[in-house]
Amino acid sequence: MSTQVTRKPMRSVFVDTTIDSLATDPRLVLLTADISAWFFTAARAEFPDRVINVGIREQAMIGIAGGLALTGHRPVVHTYAPFLVERPFEQLKICLGHQDVGAVLVSVGASYDDPSWGRTHQSPEDVALLDTLPGWTVHVPGHEDEVEPLLRSAMAGDGRVYLRLSERVNSEAVPVSEGFTVLRRGGAGVVIAVGPVLDQVLAGTASIDATVLYASTIRPFDHVGLRAAVAGARPNVAVVEPYLRGTSAHEVAEALGDVPHRLRSYGVWRDREARVYGTAEDHDRLYGVDAAGLAESIGSFFQ
Amino acid sequence: MQMTEETIRSLFSRMTGDEKHGWAAASTLHALWVLYERVLNVSPENIDDPDRDRFYLSKGHGPMAYYAMLAAKGFLEPETLDSWRTFGSPLGMHPDRVLAPGVEISAGSLGHGLPLGVGTALGLRAQGRRARVVVLLGDGEFDEGSNHEAIAIAGRLGLDRVTAIVIDNGSASLGWPGGIARRFEGEGWHAATVNGRDHDELYRALTREPDGRPQAVVAEVREITEGSAA
Repeated sequence: MSTQVTRKPMRSVFVDTTIDSLATDPRLVLLTADISAWFFTAARAEFPDRVINVGIREQAMIGIAGGLALTGHRPVVHTYAPFLVERPFEQLKICLGHQDVGAVLVSVGASYDDPSWGRTHQSPEDVALLDTLPGWTVHVPGHEDEVEPLLRSAMAGDGRVYLRLSERVNSEAVPVSEGFTVLRRGGAGVVIAVGPVLDQVLAGTASIDATVLYASTIRPFDHVGLRAAVAGARPNVAVVEPYLRGTSAHEVAEALGDVPHRLRSYGVWRDREARVYGTAEDHDRLYGVDAAGLAESIGSFFQ
Repeated sequence: MQMTEETIRSLFSRMTGDEKHGWAAASTLHALWVLYERVLNVSPENIDDPDRDRFYLSKGHGPMAYYAMLAAKGFLEPETLDSWRTFGSPLGMHPDRVLAPGVEISAGSLGHGLPLGVGTALGLRAQGRRARVVVLLGDGEFDEGSNHEAIAIAGRLGLDRVTAIVIDNGSASLGWPGGIARRFEGEGWHAATVNGRDHDELYRALTREPDGRPQAVVAEVREITEGSAA
C-alpha cells in the first residue's frame, strides 16, 4: 500500500479483461449495481443479455447471480467492497453457497483506499466474513499485472471466487502463484505479506534477517509453503494483511498445529473503529502497517 | 447567521475535492434550507433535548450542502468546513454522528436512514413524544430494498411523525415508472410531489397537518448536468 496508482488502475484491468472475455465466453454474465456501470455502456449495447446493471440493489444482485449460475452461466459481480460482501452477506451464504453454485465477485475500494469517504466505504472485514463461509477462493492482488491472470482463471472456473482490487499497489508485480512466493530468505522469522502491503513489508524488513513470503491468493491458505518457510527459520511468524488484523491467524495456527511458534498479526484494528478521515497513508501509520511501524514492531518481535 | 444564498454559497465553497458529488450535494440544498430555516425544531441550543425534531440525512454522499447548513445554523464553526476530508477533521465525505456536531446519523451506505428513522419514531412514540423524524433520501438510493421494508412498516404502524423526503434528480438507473409517490401511497402513506427548488411548495408539503399516516415529499430536482448515482 505504499505507492499511489500512476499506472493502469486495477479496476481498468478488470474492465478491459471482462469486456474482452464477454466476447469470447458465452457463459459470462456481468452484473453491476451502478458502481462502474458506466465503463460497460458499450459492452451492454453489444451483449444486452449478459451485461446487466441492476441499480443500487446489491442484495438482489447476488441473488440474481445465484439464479444465473443455476442456469449454467458464470456471473461476474462487481461493486464497492462493503456493498459486495457486507450488505448482501446472507445472499452470499444462501444464494451462492447453499445452492452450491459459483460466481466471481470483484470489489473495489478495499479497506481504506480513500478514508476521506468514511467508515461506510471501508471494508476491512470482507475477507474475514467470507472466511466464515466454505469454499471461497480469495485473491488479493498487489499489482495491476497480477489482476488479469487471477481474473481469467476465476472466470474459467466454476467456484466461488473473491477478487479484491485496490487503488494501493506495489511497485513491482510478483508472478501469480497458488501458494506463497519466497521473496527473501532469512533466519530470524517469517513475514507473510498479502497483496498491496508488500512494498512496506520489504522496506520495513530490509534490515531484519527474515524470510519474506508473498501471497496474491490468501484462500486457500498455503499451509505447506508456510511450514517449509518456518522449517528454515526461527518459528516467529508475522502476518501483514491489508484488511482486518488477524484474519489469517487461524490458518497459521492450523498450518503450524504441531510446531511451537510465535505469531504477530498486522492489519486494521479489530477491537475499535478508527473514526478518522484523511489519507490512506495516514491510516497505514495509524494501524502500524507503514514501513517504519513494521520495522520497529517486527524487528522487536523477531529479536 | 443570516440564511441567504450568498451565505450558503460562501460556506459551500469552503469545501473542495468532491466535485463528483457536487450535483448530489446541490440537489439537497433547498430542502435542507427550508427544513432548517422554517420547519425543524432543532438548534444548537436544543440538540440534546429528547423532544427536538430529528433530521436524518440518509443519502450521505455529497454532504456539502448539509455541512453548509449546519454551519449557517451555528452547529459548526465555518472554519471547520476548511478541514473537511482531512485526518482529524470531524467532516468527511460521508457524515459521522460521533464526530460532527448536529449530525444525527452516520451515513454513506445507502438505504439505512429510513429504517433508522422508523426505529426512532417508534422509540419516541413509546416515550409519548411528538417530535418529528424527517429522513432525506435520493431517488437512486430508493433502489435499496431496505427502504421498502421500512416504508411498509411505517405505513402499517401509522407513524405519522415520520416524513420521508426523496430528492428526485432522475438518477435511478432503472427509473421509477409511475412515479415515486405511488410507492409510498400503496403502503398507506400520504405522498406529495413538489418542485424541489420551490421553498414555498416544500414548506407547504413539509408542514401539512398529521393525519395518522406517515408522509412522503418527493422533491423533483431534474436538471442533471453532472454527478453520479444519488
